[in-house]
Amino acid sequence: MAAGATREGSVAGTHAHHVAHHFDNAEQQFESGKLGMWIFLATEILLFGGLFCAYAVYRSNHPEVFVYAHRFLDTTLGAVNTAVLICSSFTMALAVRAAQLGRRRQLLGLLGTTIALAACFLGIKGVEYEQKWKEGLLWGAHFHAKLAPSPPALPQTLPPVPAAAGEERSLIPPAAIGPAGLARPGRPTVAEGSEGPPHDVQVFFAVYFLMTGLHGIHVIVGMALLSWMMVRAGRGEFGPAYVTPVDLTGLYWHLVDLIWIFLFPLLYLIR
Amino acid sequence: MNLGRDFVDRLFTWAGVQAAGGFWMPEQGSTGAAAVDHLFSFILWVSAFFFLLIVTLMIVFVVRYRRRPGRMEAERGPAHNTPLEITWTVIPIAIVIGIFIWGFKVYLDVNTPPANSYEVLVTGQKWKWLFTYPNGHVDENLHVPVDTPIRLVMTSEDVIHGFYVPAFRLKRDVVPGRYVKVWFRAVNPGEYQIYCTQYCGTGHSDMWAKVIVHEPGGFERWLDEAGNFMKTMPPAQAGELLYRTRGCAQCHSVNGSGGTGPTWKGLFASHVPIEGGRVMVADEDYLRTCILDPTKNVPVGFQPVMPTFKGRLKDDEITAIIEYIKTLK
Amino acid sequence: MTGIESGAAGFGQGGNALGRDNYLNHERGIKSWLLTRDHKRIGVMYLVVILSSFFLGGIFAELIRTKLLTPGNSALMKADTYNQMFTLHGAIMIFLFVIPGIPASLGNFVLPLMLGAKDVAFPRLNLASFYLWVGGALLALGSMVTGAVDTGWTFYTPYSTTTNTNVIMMVAGIFVLGFSSIFTGLNFVVTIHKLRPAGMTWFRMPLFLWGIYGTAIIQIMATPVLGITLLLLIAERALGIGIFDPALGGDPVLFQHFFWFYSHPAVYIMILPAMGVISELVSVFSRKHIFGYSFIAMSSIAIAVLSFLVWGHHMFVAGQSTLSSMIFSFLTFMVAIPSAVKVFNWLATMYKGSIWLATPMLYVLSFLFLFGIGGLTGLFLGALAVDVHLHDTYFVVAHFHYVMFGGTVIAFLGGLHYWWPKMFGRMYSEFWGRIGALLVFVGFNTTFFTQFVMGSHGAPRRSYHYQPQFEAYHRLSTIGAYILGVGFVVIAVYLIHSLLRGRPAPANPWGGATLEWQTSSPPPHDNFESTPAVGDPYDVEAWTWDGAVGGFVRRAPAGQPAGS
Repeated sequence: MAAGATREGSVAGTHAHHVAHHFDNAEQQFESGKLGMWIFLATEILLFGGLFCAYAVYRSNHPEVFVYAHRFLDTTLGAVNTAVLICSSFTMALAVRAAQLGRRRQLLGLLGTTIALAACFLGIKGVEYEQKWKEGLLWGAHFHAKLAPSPPALPQTLPPVPAAAGEERSLIPPAAIGPAGLARPGRPTVAEGSEGPPHDVQVFFAVYFLMTGLHGIHVIVGMALLSWMMVRAGRGEFGPAYVTPVDLTGLYWHLVDLIWIFLFPLLYLIR
Repeated sequence: MNLGRDFVDRLFTWAGVQAAGGFWMPEQGSTGAAAVDHLFSFILWVSAFFFLLIVTLMIVFVVRYRRRPGRMEAERGPAHNTPLEITWTVIPIAIVIGIFIWGFKVYLDVNTPPANSYEVLVTGQKWKWLFTYPNGHVDENLHVPVDTPIRLVMTSEDVIHGFYVPAFRLKRDVVPGRYVKVWFRAVNPGEYQIYCTQYCGTGHSDMWAKVIVHEPGGFERWLDEAGNFMKTMPPAQAGELLYRTRGCAQCHSVNGSGGTGPTWKGLFASHVPIEGGRVMVADEDYLRTCILDPTKNVPVGFQPVMPTFKGRLKDDEITAIIEYIKTLK
Repeated sequence: MTGIESGAAGFGQGGNALGRDNYLNHERGIKSWLLTRDHKRIGVMYLVVILSSFFLGGIFAELIRTKLLTPGNSALMKADTYNQMFTLHGAIMIFLFVIPGIPASLGNFVLPLMLGAKDVAFPRLNLASFYLWVGGALLALGSMVTGAVDTGWTFYTPYSTTTNTNVIMMVAGIFVLGFSSIFTGLNFVVTIHKLRPAGMTWFRMPLFLWGIYGTAIIQIMATPVLGITLLLLIAERALGIGIFDPALGGDPVLFQHFFWFYSHPAVYIMILPAMGVISELVSVFSRKHIFGYSFIAMSSIAIAVLSFLVWGHHMFVAGQSTLSSMIFSFLTFMVAIPSAVKVFNWLATMYKGSIWLATPMLYVLSFLFLFGIGGLTGLFLGALAVDVHLHDTYFVVAHFHYVMFGGTVIAFLGGLHYWWPKMFGRMYSEFWGRIGALLVFVGFNTTFFTQFVMGSHGAPRRSYHYQPQFEAYHRLSTIGAYILGVGFVVIAVYLIHSLLRGRPAPANPWGGATLEWQTSSPPPHDNFESTPAVGDPYDVEAWTWDGAVGGFVRRAPAGQPAGS
């Protein structure tokens, strides 16, 4: 978007033509593009910020669920994916440098590598999703996993489960219980200190799929942007005088990477 | 604070407007209402003062400094005056902090129930209120004794509703999956309107009920009698009450219109096609089974979604409901 | 406050450009409009679609008010239809009209002109924003045909996740509209940062730009949260994600927190540009330098910052903790202060001025009156104990309309009348302009003041049926709504008439000192024939009426006698 506006007249490939009529000079145009992109990234962070808030709220509402359920995630695959994304950020940074130096072949190769790493990330993510799908470890209404009394990869005992969100209940039992509607007030409550999986495990998977899903969409968008940059690099549009679009795509890609850096510990490494 | 209240009261008397039951506020039905109204009146007077100040200045300026021959130019004046601007920043700050403290104090008072409050369970559902008393009686109106702290424990069956009694200045959203608590102490016997204030669909504006405040001693008499309705009412009438208060009305109509469950109109003694190809006669036994074991004989065209009422309806109550169904020809 | 170089360039460029090359006739054909990157044309296109939405929302309002003439069932509409009507009225007015209203139409047109720039920073993105608006609006309105939403414009869960109307389509539409809003805000922030001309420091910017800047900051920071909230709502409905469903361990009240985290700042998205417009108008039509420039500018920023910290005051009765209610109540009172400061500064600007009661100034006076009531009734709602009584009653409806209509719409009308000659190069009828302003003022007060009284007596909002005791109030309110409707018809007629037959406008019909008045009416394609001289934007006293030009011209160099 910001990159799009600074593209005017770039086909001609000469310096002056990169500058749109309403800018005084190329520097003002570059600065504007950069500021625009940073602001856009801020909005992206706020978009994810909503989900991080949801994560915080549900983790504090259901701490036992998060501790219990995160063990179903494959930490190894998550760690590999983290490494893959960090590498892709590195190749992206090198690509920007190649563009600045005007090395077209190198730029194309590095952009290609970045796309390949992104595809690798999505592939591993797909494997993880498939496992969850098979085991029925899904969100909300679709959760249908048969949970063992104690979770599989759990050698030590569960940490003491905090009393289920100490909502004070009335002494009067609900008398008029309606039909099976949205709210089922008659849900069984967890007996204090009982063994077995906590209630509402699906909350964790709802949060997990929402956060990684939205991140995955961003990875796909990033791959599209990178491919577009490859096309334009192939046409030889970039050189020392004009690297703005590559630079801005790089910023976006680093953000996508950064968000994963937060998602990984929050979802996989709960203690 | 008391000085302020006295002053406000006097102002109102002087202006011929009563704080309560007057131009602005409805009658005061609870102990909390007076405190809220005092604050309301105070803010009203502060607002009126500032509003008149702004409008008067505006009109005076327009009249005096109107552009006209001989006054085509503004007078030269300073473009800012920091002390003046700080003054009209600081004074409003002081006033609103005062209002904030007063508002918070009253809020705390009306939100802290005294010990030994009488407790009633309030259930909101589309689109009615149900009130459950400690003896298990369920009523469609809220009956309370006068001059007794009442604590309402409220929850919702479906979506968010808003429990609102204007005369008590009492309002709280009723959220599914949560119990929220409010309290009040009614000061005068009488009837007061209850509304739903959180939009909840088609019948949102029909979710009306009454608070009925009884004279001393009257509440206990009412509760005994009402809790005993199985004995005092004819079975069919008692059945109708149960139909309305125990959740049957949510899914079963009595006028032939559709719903989640089959209508009760003309149900009794009719031939009901059952999932699996059987046809059963809707007699007493069939109806009783449907109430206690709803998924056993599911009529064709309906989902097996009805919960069992085993343990929630007594035998004589089931009989009463069946008697009621019999009357629905 | 001089700082103006000699007035030699007074009317070097400008005058009326209807017969010459201007942005309206620079290119011809429908395609030249639909694919334009000219901020002025995009502004005009926004104006057209936004006013159309306003018309549609207004029709719904009149239908609602007509139903409410009687307390019981109505032959006009059933309860469900009524619920859909008020939802559509709210959603259209908020998301299609008031939020984009001033920034996207007037702001788009005026902002680069005020900066002496040729365009906004990203003209293509600007056009993309416009089409996002169109796409979002079509989606949102499409839900009308496929199952009009009946949730209220706030989409509270779990009602919105269980109703069988087409919530997904409406919400997806608003999601898209949100991106339109974000990109407009982003564009304006970058434009103001990077395209200010030499000599225009931050504190020599017109206050309208401060207002737009504050708005853009809120648009950028709050709208993404709305985006994610709406995505969650869609996921909840489409996939059963369970995040707002108490039966699945979710929390329906969390939706309200998310929603108001956006929608409360959104109220300031609506009012800040309005305050910017009033700041311009009050100075120009008092023929006097604005009083307390820096306090007004800083109060815009203070509002923008504080607006993010007060969302919880929508949940005083929703069951949030006493501590959070206390904090939100306190901050709510604090956000009232900058608005009060502005009002006092505007009054001080009028003091000893030469107040010209042209149509835009009538809207300024109207604004001060109505926004005064709107702001002061906010004190009732900020005070915890009183809010418990007034929450979700007609009192809130009235307060909201006094701020949004009495504030934003009135300022929008004022700004529209003020910049109309610049936009289209023609003057409208002053006589009918004043009649229109008066009708709107009278109609509005009749409609909504009654609702304050009704609300404090406990009439719940969004009610199809109501208690007979409120019938008299409702009737009065409906009569007011009809007067209001007539007022808008009058305004529409004379404005359209002016487009065809209006007197050609001079470059500077009102004597404004901001840069847009230094170019012709309407401006040329590139905005300025020569770079305009940047000076004090409120040095209106340097401009004087010239009967020969039929507009204002820059005063002769100092030393000579003033006046015509």
